[in-house]
Amino acid sequence: MNFKDNHIISTRDLSREMIDHILDTAERMEPIARGEQRSDLLSGKILAILFFEPSTRTRMSFETAMLRLGGDVLNLGSIDASSIAKGETLADTVRVVDGYVDAIVLRHPKEGAALLASEFSGVPVLNAGDGAGHHPTQTLLDLYTIRRESQLDGLKIALAGDLKYGRTVHSLCYALSLYGAQITLISPKELRMPEEIVNDIAARGAVITESDSIEEAIADVDVLYMTRIQKERFPDPAEYRKVANKLKITMETLKNARPELKIMHPLPRVNEIDTEIDDTPHACYFKQAFYGVPVRMALLGLVLGAIE
Amino acid sequence: MVKETELRVRRIKNGTVIDHITAGRALNVLKILGLPDSSEGVVSVLINSHGKYGKKDVVKIENRELKVEEVDRIALIAPNATINIIRDFKVIQKKKVHIPSFVEGVVGCINPNCISNSNEPITSKFKVSTEDTDIKLRCSYCGRVISENIAEHLL
Ligand SMILES: [Zn+2]
Repeated sequence: MNFKDNHIISTRDLSREMIDHILDTAERMEPIARGEQRSDLLSGKILAILFFEPSTRTRMSFETAMLRLGGDVLNLGSIDASSIAKGETLADTVRVVDGYVDAIVLRHPKEGAALLASEFSGVPVLNAGDGAGHHPTQTLLDLYTIRRESQLDGLKIALAGDLKYGRTVHSLCYALSLYGAQITLISPKELRMPEEIVNDIAARGAVITESDSIEEAIADVDVLYMTRIQKERFPDPAEYRKVANKLKITMETLKNARPELKIMHPLPRVNEIDTEIDDTPHACYFKQAFYGVPVRMALLGLVLGAIE
Repeated sequence: MVKETELRVRRIKNGTVIDHITAGRALNVLKILGLPDSSEGVVSVLINSHGKYGKKDVVKIENRELKVEEVDRIALIAPNATINIIRDFKVIQKKKVHIPSFVEGVVGCINPNCISNSNEPITSKFKVSTEDTDIKLRCSYCGRVISENIAEHLL
């Protein structure tokens, strides 16, 4: 499978075979990501970090991935202090930067920005989130976490929290539908997953059910994927507190959980998961954050042609 | 109001007649074709003309034979339109419009946060799909779908 010079814009462009190949590659990268092995696979290569909105975690994860593979990182710094303030288009910025580097990681507040960048870039563009659009490396690291900590085939997963605005859960569901997952959706009625997405995912082969209680759903799932509910989504703070307390995981919530249950969360969390859970074998969210590194290493190695 | 009969008499010698346009959409058709600005010939429009199957609009363009790509865009707002190419007062070609699978620079995205609505040097792009008789346009940049009132979003 050849990913050389490919852009990574959306997981919807990826077939199951492509995703499996990325995850296999990530697995080979893990000892290097942990610092147990040294690598100079990307020695001499430079990655541009082009972030038009801050996301420290994603940025650090990409930087770590590049550095662990012996490559270098060129951080374009705070964009609002530079060209964008002078009114330069993204297209022009990309055309300039692609002359300096071997690949570009882009984060941008506008939807479709990554696709636009790929149209103007001679080097591979990796989308690190564009507006409410796509964030493929997050989806791939979620899939990788599930594969490493649970199982992707025949997966039973419950998604809880803000399913309406949470783009990470939308693209995760699209990807999981390639694996025929059984998906249970748990959310307050204000934040239910948009119907067209539910229909799309079902049409692609996932089995979808809706539930309104985590306690009920939890007995039957391998993975519980929590997302944060933002206070701003609720006009009435009392309404928010009611909902937030209902969708909060405590030791009590896990009473009926299977011992193998894994809890995931894209982080940062506020109080959706009680810190008591952190020390149980269910907690998977910090590992999940780490898994972003081997996954991004795999992607960088593949698009730069250092790995086939 | 101009009387329909006055217009109907005016047959054209050479050019294109777009017939069976969904009633009320003739001006949108002109917009898609960039008319009358880009036309050397004369354009005439019949609105709410009485056809065999109810009301329809008709557009006649003199001295210009429309290209397939131009014509197919019309299908987005007038899926029943027919295109008649006229030479020397005779219809030498008559065909229905086909809904294109992709359109560029015709419609603007409805998502205000879409990169295609900013100051970038790109044109809007949409994948076109049809479900029953409904046309759906999916923005290639942000993925947002336009399924209603497409004519309102013409650029
Ligand atoms: Zn758009």
